[in-house]
Amino acid sequence: MTARKLVVVSAGLSQPSSSRLLADHLATATARALRARSEDVEVRTVELRDHAHDVVNNTLTGFAPTALREVLDAIAAADGLIVVTPTFRASYSGLFKSFFDVVEEEALADKPVLIGATGGTPRHSLVLEHAVRPLFAYLRSVVVPTGVYAASEDWGTGGGKAHQGLATRVDRAAGEMAALIAAREPVTVADPFASAPSFDQLLG
Amino acid sequence: MPMQFGIFSVGDVTTDPTNGRTPTENERIKAMMQIALKAEEVGLDVFATGEHHNEPFVPSSPTTMLGWLAARTERIILSTATTLITTNDPVKIAEDYAMLQHLADGRVDLLMGRGNTGPVYPWFGKDIRAGIPLAIENYGLLRRLWREDVVDWEGKFRTPLQGFTSTPRPLDGVPPFVWHGSIRSPEIAEQAAYYGDGFLHNGIFWPFDHSKRMIEFYRKRFAHYGHGAEDQAIVGVGGQIFMRKNSQEAVKEFRPYFDNAPVYGHGPTLEDFSRETPLTVGSPEQIIERLLSYRTHFGDFQRMMLLVDHAGLPLKTVLEQLDLLGEEVLPVLRKEYAIGRPAHVPDAPTHASMVAAAAASKTDVLEEVQS
Repeated sequence: MTARKLVVVSAGLSQPSSSRLLADHLATATARALRARSEDVEVRTVELRDHAHDVVNNTLTGFAPTALREVLDAIAAADGLIVVTPTFRASYSGLFKSFFDVVEEEALADKPVLIGATGGTPRHSLVLEHAVRPLFAYLRSVVVPTGVYAASEDWGTGGGKAHQGLATRVDRAAGEMAALIAAREPVTVADPFASAPSFDQLLG
Repeated sequence: MPMQFGIFSVGDVTTDPTNGRTPTENERIKAMMQIALKAEEVGLDVFATGEHHNEPFVPSSPTTMLGWLAARTERIILSTATTLITTNDPVKIAEDYAMLQHLADGRVDLLMGRGNTGPVYPWFGKDIRAGIPLAIENYGLLRRLWREDVVDWEGKFRTPLQGFTSTPRPLDGVPPFVWHGSIRSPEIAEQAAYYGDGFLHNGIFWPFDHSKRMIEFYRKRFAHYGHGAEDQAIVGVGGQIFMRKNSQEAVKEFRPYFDNAPVYGHGPTLEDFSRETPLTVGSPEQIIERLLSYRTHFGDFQRMMLLVDHAGLPLKTVLEQLDLLGEEVLPVLRKEYAIGRPAHVPDAPTHASMVAAAAASKTDVLEEVQS
């Protein structure tokens, strides 16, 4: 059986980073939920900080340097994408947006995307709904209904169902994500040259 | 001549970052002409000018420039980089370049491109989303105008023609050779392959492996349409160089131009960009080594076009680059590229070779009719 490819993108900047921590929780829970459905899973985690210069260079030159190219190819080939951004000035971080500005527009179409965000206070939690979700809706991704926002205080709060703790929200989101991935055929990336129209087709 | 080596200018007016001086349009236009004359003097085979209809670029009227050059040169092929097949009227391209061909005694070919400046399309009454269909239809008409004395035509993008004859007729009945250029669209490589025209991939801002895939696709399709084997397709490539006798001097002198260049300035380092793309800055030996390595990426090809005059480099510096190119680099490239080049790989096409080919195929037809 083909392993499902899960790519995790964290835009956290500090070390250690709470965005990375949330991303890891979401990835682990999603992998567990997929395995529960008898799906093999490969997880690859990308820290955008490692590619920050390449992202800017791609914006300026129009092409992705080798290391970034490899990440973009992995995203295009992924069966599901988990993305986590810190909340900066009431939105996703500039690096997070710059990165998705250089992902090919069609690459995320019909791809399940689980969105997550972190912040210092729970008052930013709607950042997922007013900023992150519309971005992926524009890219025609299938955005998982449950997005997961983690404020600093969530890391010290119980995860029980009774008060909808972080662990509960992570598990619910992961379950929804796994269902969306399992409902789709494994992703194969088409060779643009193989699908290029013949001259007869170009003549219409 | 098996391979042609040339230079192309985009004709940008760019401030020299080392002294803050910006050339006037007149200075830049005259500098382009000096550079072209120098290209012939140092033994290069091709000079090509861009076509732009927006600042900061000067070459809006390529056949005026190339016509001026035709009168002052003897040998060099005058070409374009690129001719906008999308926004120009194909009828005017047919007329302008046939006229240029007569004045230049056949030393003319063209590189077709779609143009990448969004507003130019609406300024010329076109829709950028129709870029590919425009390139296909306009070029189809252009070919007929050069090959058929009287054309009846109807299409989607321009007014129909009834009983139209494009004048002057191509010199010796042989239209200028056409290359097609595209960085990313396989459709244009397909178009070049379909007609058996040349395909020039100017990948100077792109990684080699991307250029390689585009060129391989064109070669495959060229063979598919029955024009010859894959290694007989007519391939052109781009390059970008800056050299001094000593490699450190070259890097030191070029760095401010690189760091402030309109296309990639304030982005990757000179070192990163040199590794990822064909840009080569160094000694003549380093330039030679890099330009010879093209064969390992693209196979044997027909034309190499170099960019040497952009990003605000002063005219004096560019002319020095051309001297070095002619004296130290070109002789080695010609010699090395000739070694091991299979006999069945065609030479770069010229007017003379196309006239000879046309005469030969006419003889073939006559013999078939007589036998």
